[in-house]
Amino acid sequence: MMTVPLSHFLLVAGLLLVIGVFGIFMNRKNIIVIMMSIELILLAANLNFVAFSAALHDMVGQVFTMFVLTVAAAESAIGLAILVIYFRNRGSIEVEDVTMMKG
Amino acid sequence: MNLLASLTPGLLLALGGMVLLMIGVLSRKEHAAGITVTTILLLLAALVCNFLTPTGLLFGGLLRISLFTQFADALVYLGAIAALMLSIDYNKREGIARFEYPILVLFAVLGMIVMISAADLMTLYVGFELQSLALYIAAAFARDSIRSTEAGLKYFVLGALASGLLIYGISLVYGFTGTTRFAALAGALTQGTDYGAIIGLVFVLVGLAFKVSAAPFHMWTPDVYEGAPTPVTALFGTAPKVAAMALFVSVMLGPFGHLLLQWRLLIEILAVISMVLGALAAIGQRNIKRLMAYSSIGHMGYALMGLAAGTVAGVQATLLYLAIYVVMSFGAFACIIAMRRQGQAVESIADLAGLAGERPGFALAFAIFMWAMAGIPPLSGFFGKFYVFAAAMANGLDVLAIIGVITSVIGAFYYLRVIKVMYFDNGAPQFDVTPGSVRFVMGAGAVVTALFVLLPGPLVVAAAAAARALMG
Repeated sequence: MMTVPLSHFLLVAGLLLVIGVFGIFMNRKNIIVIMMSIELILLAANLNFVAFSAALHDMVGQVFTMFVLTVAAAESAIGLAILVIYFRNRGSIEVEDVTMMKG
Repeated sequence: MNLLASLTPGLLLALGGMVLLMIGVLSRKEHAAGITVTTILLLLAALVCNFLTPTGLLFGGLLRISLFTQFADALVYLGAIAALMLSIDYNKREGIARFEYPILVLFAVLGMIVMISAADLMTLYVGFELQSLALYIAAAFARDSIRSTEAGLKYFVLGALASGLLIYGISLVYGFTGTTRFAALAGALTQGTDYGAIIGLVFVLVGLAFKVSAAPFHMWTPDVYEGAPTPVTALFGTAPKVAAMALFVSVMLGPFGHLLLQWRLLIEILAVISMVLGALAAIGQRNIKRLMAYSSIGHMGYALMGLAAGTVAGVQATLLYLAIYVVMSFGAFACIIAMRRQGQAVESIADLAGLAGERPGFALAFAIFMWAMAGIPPLSGFFGKFYVFAAAMANGLDVLAIIGVITSVIGAFYYLRVIKVMYFDNGAPQFDVTPGSVRFVMGAGAVVTALFVLLPGPLVVAAAAAARALMG
């Protein structure tokens, strides 16, 4: 059976990370997109963990993935909650409008 | 029963937090003040237990209790207790006195002590996230205030990015060394270093630098400090900074200690940029909370200098600096919280004009904190800087120490400007009567800061013992 080499997984994870980071910094539209980008970064780390875990024949990486998944769920719940109260006060979730404080 | 004994402080906080949460949810009345006081008592109990717990590795090497973690934990408890005491009256007057706030602080503190005691990248991550998630909510706690929610949003986005980078770095470190245990990592990194592990180390370093708000990863700090309710800002300025810096020190010098030559330059750069930015950017600020934000960035730069030294003396200096900084910081925030006129919180430096004539005690306390932050002897802040500079010089980091001295001279300008406004400008602040809890924190902070010079011994010795426990 043909197996996918580890380097391919790392490459995909690296690309996901780059897309996520660019999504946060280049995006000028919507804060929801930023939250999606954060999820992408966490997924990149997860993919790394699982790939390394398989390559090293070590379970720690998979256990770590479970923790990351749980934290990611909590994080997006809190992020969306903060976004909702922000929207209630500001009436907009455009990135360009998050400018009450500057300097 | 060794396990249970070592975990007492953490268990106390975890179980206490859950019980209080149930009480808060199930009872019909709002018990904000009662739950806050109970939380303070729980934290005090944890502070006492902290010194009685046996040291050693727990859970097969996931957690490590040592003199180092006890020292840092004690500072975290102190900072959190002070911040909670400041919150009681403020939250009531601002109409945000809800029982969730002290419980959030409790869980944040639990996360901090887990991450300080972490001896495995997994516990590090879980503690780090528990602390961050609780603090995101705390920043947005005044949910009807646009500034507070904006602060929460900014803190969330940048904090989540930081923890994403941290976890990506951890995954690389795990992959290229095959372990997440600190002890095993240190062993794996001695035998030839992989570039993958070093890239992972850089990611981890960036994630931690975000949390200690070291420049150039400080972008969130001024906005979050300004926007968050002042007691939350007081918390941000103390406990999480100590926890993140202690974690920074224990990760860099523990598992990554053998890579000192690889990361030292990065820490030096962080320290220099933080000190310079902290000194220069604060000059133009009109808002006292924003000023404190830039000041804290600068202080973290000085604390990082001890880490850059990478020796027992360096760690001792960093711990000492943090201990002194916590006291100055909660004292200064107590003064800021006391700035209320006709029921409204005021935050502009100009509002302090003429304070010395009207409230000499308040003005004196504020002046003591400002002098101490500027590093003027014989106040405690001077000794923090002295030890850090001495540790840097002893390790050939002369340039770093010289930059530190220059930036602290520049920084003295804006601290002294606050004093000048209070003592020499004309005005009548007519501040409201300050509640007893705020007076207590202010007075205790001022006494410790001013009289530290008389009895520096115990703290210096404790910091040295803690540093030796870490460096082994």
